[in-house]
Amino acid sequence: MGFLNINGVSKSYGSLKVLHGIDIEVEEGEFLVLVGPSGCGKSTLLNLIAGLEDITDGEILIRDRVINGVHPSERNIAMVFQSYALYPNMTVGQNITFGLEMHGVSKKERKIALDEVAKLLRIENLLHRKPKQLSGGQRQRVAMGRALVRNPDVFLFDEPLSNLDAKLRVDMRTEIKKLHQNLGTTIVYVTHDQIEAMTLSSRIAVMNDGYVQQLGTPKEIYDNPQNIFVATFMGSPAMNLIPAIVRALDDGTVAEISLYDGSLEHLPFGRADMNSWDGREILLGLRPEMITDEESADRKSQNIARIKNRIEVTEPAGSDTFISMQAGGKSIVARMKSDIDVKPDQVFPFAINMDKAVIFDPVEGIRIQANISS
Amino acid sequence: MTVAAQENIVRTSQSVRVGIYLALIVFALFYLLPFGIMVINSVKPLIEITEGNMIALPREWTIDPWLSAWSTAQIGVEPTGLRPYFVNSIVMALPAVAISTALGAINGYILTKWQFRGATLIFGLLLFSCFIPFQIVLIPMARVLGVLNIAGTTYGLILVHVVYGLGFSTLFFRNFYAAFPNELVRAAQIDGAGFFRIFWRIMLPSSGPILAVCCIWQFTNIWNDFLFGASFASGSAAPMTVSLNNLVNSSTGVREYNVHFAGAILAAGPTLLVYIIAGRYFVRGLMAGSVKG
Amino acid sequence: MSMNLTTTDQDLKTRLQNWLPKIVLAPSFGLVVFFVYGFIAFTLYLSFTNSRMLPSYEWVGWQNYERLFQIREWDIALNNLVIFAILYISICTVIGLILAVFLDQKIRGEGVLRPIFLYPMALSFIVTGTAWKWFLDPAIGIENTFHLWGWQSFSFDWIKDRDMAIYAIVIAAVWQSSGFVMAMFLAGLRGIDDELLKAAQIDGASNFNLYRRIILPQLRPAFLSAFVILGHLAIKSYDLVIALTGGGPGNATALPATFMYSYSFTRNQMGIGSASAVIMLLTISAIMVPYLYAELNEKKR
Repeated sequence: MGFLNINGVSKSYGSLKVLHGIDIEVEEGEFLVLVGPSGCGKSTLLNLIAGLEDITDGEILIRDRVINGVHPSERNIAMVFQSYALYPNMTVGQNITFGLEMHGVSKKERKIALDEVAKLLRIENLLHRKPKQLSGGQRQRVAMGRALVRNPDVFLFDEPLSNLDAKLRVDMRTEIKKLHQNLGTTIVYVTHDQIEAMTLSSRIAVMNDGYVQQLGTPKEIYDNPQNIFVATFMGSPAMNLIPAIVRALDDGTVAEISLYDGSLEHLPFGRADMNSWDGREILLGLRPEMITDEESADRKSQNIARIKNRIEVTEPAGSDTFISMQAGGKSIVARMKSDIDVKPDQVFPFAINMDKAVIFDPVEGIRIQANISS
Repeated sequence: MTVAAQENIVRTSQSVRVGIYLALIVFALFYLLPFGIMVINSVKPLIEITEGNMIALPREWTIDPWLSAWSTAQIGVEPTGLRPYFVNSIVMALPAVAISTALGAINGYILTKWQFRGATLIFGLLLFSCFIPFQIVLIPMARVLGVLNIAGTTYGLILVHVVYGLGFSTLFFRNFYAAFPNELVRAAQIDGAGFFRIFWRIMLPSSGPILAVCCIWQFTNIWNDFLFGASFASGSAAPMTVSLNNLVNSSTGVREYNVHFAGAILAAGPTLLVYIIAGRYFVRGLMAGSVKG
Repeated sequence: MSMNLTTTDQDLKTRLQNWLPKIVLAPSFGLVVFFVYGFIAFTLYLSFTNSRMLPSYEWVGWQNYERLFQIREWDIALNNLVIFAILYISICTVIGLILAVFLDQKIRGEGVLRPIFLYPMALSFIVTGTAWKWFLDPAIGIENTFHLWGWQSFSFDWIKDRDMAIYAIVIAAVWQSSGFVMAMFLAGLRGIDDELLKAAQIDGASNFNLYRRIILPQLRPAFLSAFVILGHLAIKSYDLVIALTGGGPGNATALPATFMYSYSFTRNQMGIGSASAVIMLLTISAIMVPYLYAELNEKKR
């Protein structure tokens, strides 16, 4: 039994069903990120955990206690909102301790708790200001302080960084991660930003259309996406999905793809057993970093395919250079080291790490569980 | 409006601008003249009005018309002046404003932050009640006030103004609270604050501007009302507007125009004062009462 | 809110919090249902009875409505209302628009002018009526002033003239309300995106075309609101007529509102008075209901 259990939870608004039988088990001290595009149901799920909306079906338990129908303030949770939701009429100090006051904590104890949190978040000098007088980052800290001071069982974060500018967002991300590492709290964190999801989480639940598409560690989600949605949603630039046809040849099974000039190239599957798919169409999933130049290719890989393809566009991005080209009739992206010397229209030799390729059924959109890689 | 230094986009020539200024000044005179005439004629002896020029300044200044209007003029049958009726209007307006504003505030809070099935319908019913011709309620209201035994009293008028002020006060607060972030309410719920505590500690402290707008609107409307006053509170309980009308339109005796003007200014005084002090909120109320949102 | 969840599943605090809003809203709701909609129903009922000095409950069908439309004073009142409403709405709109456009030209002293244009809105119609009653009175007012200035043939006695008195009421009503229309248009003008105007100027639009083709079309919501608000004020007009002319000379300036009052309360024809009130309500509803419905639906989106 987990620390926070979500058992078969559904949510409907009238006839519109927005969450379909969600099952998630969160261990104590875990950092779970709910990620997905807007409207996928992730914020609704968070609100159900918080008790801000009623559960239509199923159960949510914290520390083995069913909390369906329990008032939000009695669930021992705390929440950090996207807009921070700081009470505009109260000072920072009052904002942080309002929850304690509502729970009847004495003024003296409130003061002690406030000082502790303020020190932890380095906002001691802001306690007498009003929210209006704070910068975005400071507001963010205060909002976290309000959550921390309650010492709750579960922290809920609803897109807490999306109102910050790019640089501050990265800083705060690190800070949240540090906080989690130091305090060992249980966190459920909603975001639409897949980088936030990857960097912060101990586990990720990728959501779409009211379903959990995949639940796993960041590495599992990234390396072994269970369906096309997860594959393309997580990772930037997105995973390439190259239309290919499986050919069972004498020296092994290969994926046949077309290149810029219409010529066909064979990429061997290696250990993956794809014989049963002979002659059928698949989508070959390759992350941009699996298509690169010879020197950057993964040395541990046992199965590197080499192709020559024409470069269409180069996009230097500082640390890497991205290259687009045609394969399988689609534009795909390769990731090269930054100082690579290539020009558009040049025909260039690429090394493809087939060890990490993932294969999808183009009709069902789900992963073909061939014994690929490990 | 705030960017004063910015050049106007529509450029106009010098001569056109002179024309615009002239037109604006003429209009300003048009708006000022009637009230200005009231003021200068309220400090003239009667003879200067009946035999002299209304637009001329007084040759002899006097405050007698004001004193007469305030405390000795014949209103109906009693020579009481307008003073008791001024007091009636105050005694009527203050509680009516307070109650209708308080109810409007909590209604607006409920209709935006605690929405339930049918809330929009209830708001629609409240909103429409702002615009009905009050003639449609006069007859049953007279009977109900009679049954409640408050016909012809200030209490009756307070009830009437609270009831028919509810629509607007609810409208003001609903529109204001609709723009108030829901996340604040949710945060407060998680913090453990309940229905009343959220209203009292979170919503109300941030409602200063709309409280001003609502109070000013209600006060202006209630103070200026004539129809309800004339229908439900004649005699010694009459409000200021009704007694002013009695003063001006009484058919007996000499027409003391100067006293009428002084009385009219007295009747206009409180709302005009509010307008001068807090015109900004008054205009906001006008806007919110028409172009909603 | 709660769909399938039965209330027994929720803790006391949650259940209480779900009920409190409805309990607190109930008194206001009750007041409005009783004092507005109940009263409307009662008056509607009375309009089908032979009530005279006191309400009676004897059903007479459409008789009051048939008689109402045979009464000459009601005919006058309706005619007056049409004249008054058309002039009041159109003149207020024109003046309001002119003032708003002029004030929008980065006028020095706007802060002084604007409150001057708008202050009559803060006055009671009784005060406005008193001011204009004597200002327009031929014996002491503007006519007398012109005579004293030497223009002996000058004549301005509309307020005493059966045929013209309704126009005197229009003047006072316009004086009171046009500033309000100005404020509405000004808010509309200030809400127009500057970049749009810059784009139009780069496209070569003259000032005239800028207003005709770009700015005025964008003020459509303000026009609509002004029309609706002024229209409903016109139908409700009562105080101003009482203060200015008392409905006279004779009944030359009667309006439906004054008609209703005198038939219901002084002439003891409550049934007919009720019928006239119902007609007033229907007229206002025809304007307000579609407008409010549209506004409410817009809000929801």
